[in-house]
Amino acid sequence: MSRKISIKQAINEALDQEMARDPAVICMGEDIVGGTGADGEKDAWGGVLGVTKGLYAKYGDRLMDTPLSESAYIGAAIGAAACGMRPVAELMFIDFMGVCFDQIYNQAAKFRYMFGGKAETPVVIRAMVGAGFRAAAQHSQMLTPLFTHIPGLKVVCPSTPYDTKGLLIQAIRDNDPVIFCEHKALYGIEGEVPEGSYTIPLGEANVVREGKHCSIVTYGLMVHRSLEAAATLAKEGVEVEIVDLRSLSPLDMDTVLDSVTKTSRLVCVDEASPRCNIATDISAQVAMNAFSALKAQIEMVTPPHTPVPFSPALEDLYIPSAAQIAAAVRKTVKGGKA
Amino acid sequence: MSITPIIMPKWGLSMKQGTVMSWLVDVGASISVGKPIMEVETDKIASDVEAPDPGILRRKIANPGEVFPVKALLGVMAGAEVTDAQIDEFIAAYVTPADADDTEDGAAEQAWQWVDIDGIRVRYARRGNATGGKLPVLFIHGFGGDLDNWLFNIDAVGAQNPVIALDLPAHGQSSLTLAGTTLKDLARFVANFLDAIEVPRAHLVGHSMGGAIAAQLARDAPARVATLSLIGSAGLGREINAEYLAGYVAANSRRELKPVVEQLFADASLVSRQLLDDLLKYKRLDGVSAALTELAAGLFPAGQQGELPVSALAVGSIPLQVIWGEADRIIPASHAALAPRGAKVTVLTGAGHMVQMEKAGEVNALIKAHVG
Repeated sequence: MSRKISIKQAINEALDQEMARDPAVICMGEDIVGGTGADGEKDAWGGVLGVTKGLYAKYGDRLMDTPLSESAYIGAAIGAAACGMRPVAELMFIDFMGVCFDQIYNQAAKFRYMFGGKAETPVVIRAMVGAGFRAAAQHSQMLTPLFTHIPGLKVVCPSTPYDTKGLLIQAIRDNDPVIFCEHKALYGIEGEVPEGSYTIPLGEANVVREGKHCSIVTYGLMVHRSLEAAATLAKEGVEVEIVDLRSLSPLDMDTVLDSVTKTSRLVCVDEASPRCNIATDISAQVAMNAFSALKAQIEMVTPPHTPVPFSPALEDLYIPSAAQIAAAVRKTVKGGKA
Repeated sequence: MSITPIIMPKWGLSMKQGTVMSWLVDVGASISVGKPIMEVETDKIASDVEAPDPGILRRKIANPGEVFPVKALLGVMAGAEVTDAQIDEFIAAYVTPADADDTEDGAAEQAWQWVDIDGIRVRYARRGNATGGKLPVLFIHGFGGDLDNWLFNIDAVGAQNPVIALDLPAHGQSSLTLAGTTLKDLARFVANFLDAIEVPRAHLVGHSMGGAIAAQLARDAPARVATLSLIGSAGLGREINAEYLAGYVAANSRRELKPVVEQLFADASLVSRQLLDDLLKYKRLDGVSAALTELAAGLFPAGQQGELPVSALAVGSIPLQVIWGEADRIIPASHAALAPRGAKVTVLTGAGHMVQMEKAGEVNALIKAHVG
């Protein structure tokens, strides 16, 4: 049966069920066990926002508190994966990927290819993404395009508790490295989630709202902003279809093209910086493969090409809003051929 | 004076509101019971609203495209003797009743109940009219289905009799543990379920595999079965669409599942996004694929039906009716002709395997007449 839980609880439950199911699953990260190194659950902080809380009491040493050295433990996780474990490494903020990039894009992503399929790297690297947390320029980025750029990496960014649990379990069972992006502003949202284990295939988008006038293709927090925009637009008689990509690599272009073929209009919404991001990728592929289906220009809604501001007033302006998304839809619906 | 309100129906436990698509009759038209009056669409499916009583359509309140909550007033039927002023008065006085299941939290838990049988946790719904002293009607779904397969039937039949619908083992939200893979095992399980909820005797309505289970129960424990209504039922002939069974078990994405599930309906447009999402949520649970594979291998070895309990039924003591959708692509409607002598046979046009959804009004009327 299912009940309502948050995304944070969904991540915890997925880790719990996979650790119970498969002894090769281990967790590594900063503070994922205890904040001060004291024994037991009393001091088990469970990560910077408490996502892994309670797991140490159940699985003990299969959760490892690491030194504050991302390059060391991400490398260790990738090495352990190559040797038969299924590590889930928590990197806290995706912004810290920079210090361990060689391990990720030059090693983990390449092993299967360079060893002729004889090596696999079933590692999951979990990291918080996104702005809106008043955490300034170095803890707020949406760096998904850095990872979709690399062949050999899978990239996931869910928007609901149901998708989060199913995609994380699939990511852990997957035999390739998966960058699992968790939007920190969504940790608290609740939704129906089955108690039992289940998987959602990587590379399958979800049509979260059906409509005939315009397609919005997006992921993560922007799914929720797009739904808000869709509710406003519905009152104006504009029915928007929303495609939640869920997985960014592999990318479900079939669902995107089906939707655009149906609606003839496209707005890509992406919280990542505007140059070479998911929105530009989708736009280019649609323009190339479904140009004749389009009745108007493609619109993109992204933040400006700046660092995420620390000023709360500016940060709120930085993140694409429902109003901006609605305005983009109106623009393309009014534009082009009748 | 008799005024009949036409209200937004509640199809399935999760339905909160519906969109009025179109009116199918004009004001002033005489309407007989069961005649489709209007089309309504929910996020799960579209269907017709049917007349609960005979009368004349006197007033349309809902306009096409408008959304109304469950039980809201959509129109008014009345006899010719009722004046327009009386109808105005009725409309002004109408208050949409609160949805009994619509409480803030735990709505679903209240609508469903749970019982443990042989270590298997079973979800079931128990509703309907218990005041008339009538025997309950038990609905048994088919392979890969769940109690929501009866979403257009439970409340309609429940207006006459108490109704019960269960999720079979490894189906719906019941535990993912099989209670055996023979009809005898499954019939015994259903009997144990009836024991557990203290129902000594019931009318059985079974769809597809559920029909074969109902027939097996009628053979093994005839005293417990008042009547049988078998819908698109297994258990009459060997043939079954093995490609469908394999496709249903294997499909793991909306793209794969859609063409498979479309085979269940004469009108493929009834397969909505929500319907597929609900099926995928079930099918993606760990253990479902293995359980369905094992069950299919037990019941349908070599792509055929292994057991035919309906053929051997003696119709005398337990009245039997067989209902089929003419365009059934899973178990052919020609099997209706294999029903035992004395059975009441109805083949409905414009419906496929899910005839109880596609022709809900007719099927409900047939069930209500059969269970008396």
